Amino acid sequence: MASMVTTYNTRLRQQLHDDPTTSIVVTLLAVGALFYPLIDRALGWNTVGTMFPIVAFILLALGLNIVVGFAGLLDLGYAAFFAIGAYTVAILTSPSSPVVDKLPFTLNFWGALVLAFFVTALFGVILGAPTLRLRGDYLAIVTLGFGEIVPAVFRNADQITRGEQGLNAIAKPTIFGMKFGNDIVRWYYLLIATGFLIIFVARRMRDSRLGRAWMAMREDEIAASAMGINLVMTKLSAFAMGASFSGLVGVMYASRFSYAAPSSFEFSTSVLLLAMVILGGLGNIWGVILGGLLLGTFDRILSIRITGWINSLGETIGVGFLETVNLSRLRFGIFGLTLVLMMLWRPEGILPNERRRAELRADTTDGETAADDTLYGERGAPV
Amino acid sequence: MSDQTANFPAGAPDAMNGAATMLEVEDVHTYYGQIEALKGISLSVREGEIVTLIGGNGAGKTTTLRTISGLMHPRRGSIKLQGRPIEALAAHDVVAQGISHSPEGRRIFPRMTVRENLELGAFRRKDRAEIEADMDRVFELFPRLKERVTQKAGTMSGGEQQMLAMGRALMAKPTVLLLDEPSMGLAPILVEQIFNIVQEINAQGTTILLVEQNALMALSVAHRGYVIETGNIVLHDDAKALQQNELVRKAYLGEE
Repeated sequence: MASMVTTYNTRLRQQLHDDPTTSIVVTLLAVGALFYPLIDRALGWNTVGTMFPIVAFILLALGLNIVVGFAGLLDLGYAAFFAIGAYTVAILTSPSSPVVDKLPFTLNFWGALVLAFFVTALFGVILGAPTLRLRGDYLAIVTLGFGEIVPAVFRNADQITRGEQGLNAIAKPTIFGMKFGNDIVRWYYLLIATGFLIIFVARRMRDSRLGRAWMAMREDEIAASAMGINLVMTKLSAFAMGASFSGLVGVMYASRFSYAAPSSFEFSTSVLLLAMVILGGLGNIWGVILGGLLLGTFDRILSIRITGWINSLGETIGVGFLETVNLSRLRFGIFGLTLVLMMLWRPEGILPNERRRAELRADTTDGETAADDTLYGERGAPV
Repeated sequence: MSDQTANFPAGAPDAMNGAATMLEVEDVHTYYGQIEALKGISLSVREGEIVTLIGGNGAGKTTTLRTISGLMHPRRGSIKLQGRPIEALAAHDVVAQGISHSPEGRRIFPRMTVRENLELGAFRRKDRAEIEADMDRVFELFPRLKERVTQKAGTMSGGEQQMLAMGRALMAKPTVLLLDEPSMGLAPILVEQIFNIVQEINAQGTTILLVEQNALMALSVAHRGYVIETGNIVLHDDAKALQQNELVRKAYLGEE
């Protein structure tokens, strides 16, 4: 066991040493994440509470990265799994849920977390199964539809979910008698710990047999199946893995705010997550974290602060437009612009996955290799 | 000439008479939607043979291989590997049964290295030590691949990519190797080299079904040959006899 860990660590170190940029980013991210509450208190920022949703969205982006970055399946409805995770814990533990009284047992947070993991994985398979033959744009359209249907179901099934009102007073975790309650630092560290777990699992999966199969499938489905790769299982496992990560985060999110309502899981959430993945670097875990951190921080903290600065600047120099501009309202315009500029200048993302960069930059396929897709329909455009 | 069922006697004159039947395709009909691409193909490959399937564009050569390897499924007919029916199996299960397909147009994984491509060829295998040994064997057959082991496959020349496609198929340790147009788009000198290697692979004990447009080369390395036209087998004979056959000489060897 010890030797296994050692070889893994050595390999990890080698990989990190291969790329100094990544190595610096990873160190900064890890140290920053661990000491953030201390730094925050020392500098009097008072932002640990705001960091919770940002970190949660980064973890969601990591899950989405498995589906889109590793397996190459464009999913535009990823927030649906986030919603399913959140509603699983809400329906099972909220006193306002009609289901709770009828349960023969009472579930605590951890029980609901484990259950939600499997429930979301199952829904990943349910979305994956009918889309097995679809690729690229067509797959994106179906996942988009799924992302719309799920919140609509929660909104309309008011017998169970109380519709637009949402469910509240959701169970909160306790570790060794330590109650989480509304302690923002404890919640922060719970998410960071989950993050380390998700990163570890995602890396191991990427380097596993399954990870190889995802990669081969992304490059050429027909060749992959001719190699003996079971496309059905490979695709479904990508959907299930991605969905279950999202489910875990959904449970924590709902529990932290003690609230689950359909409006938190709209299409815009899926788009924001996808933007994080693409901005940071599709397929590269560290890139995705960086992209999530940039967009998340802008969305939740910087847009408000910068708006304040611009407004006071406008007052000082007497420009009416600057006095009233509100960046938070323009957020989706800014995200869209960011994506367009990224596609023009650096389509592979800030910290690219080396293989993805090759796909986007170099035109290595010859006509013959790309031909003969009649059986499986058109190839999707590169994401 | 247009015998629909084309059931030829199994004991046709050939050098490998008496060897056990490895692959048996019987009355296979395969469709692309409404279009019947294979109209009742029957052929057999015996253990240790190189059998070639020759014919013009659109005759159904590639469809035949894709049907055998499970990438497509026949609407009617049976395919047996060593007596076991495989026509209903998915492509990845056919690989596990011992048939490996080097597809048309090579279809290597262009952004993976040569080594990664070869490793994927052995995806269904768990015997690590033997996989390494087989990789060495592939490098002996194709020394060029060894030189380029860390190179991205998509950056190699067409001939090297073809070598990689064949090597990758061999990594599955197949009992039957299906080769689809290994000579396509290659310089004449490379074509000769590739066919020499096909013979060498066969000499090491792999049974081969070879699809080719280059009928001359294919017949010169094969033991037996089938001629396919618009979804039907129209001729079947010893490779040497086919080389002398009037129709083959006219249609495929470019003689008047």
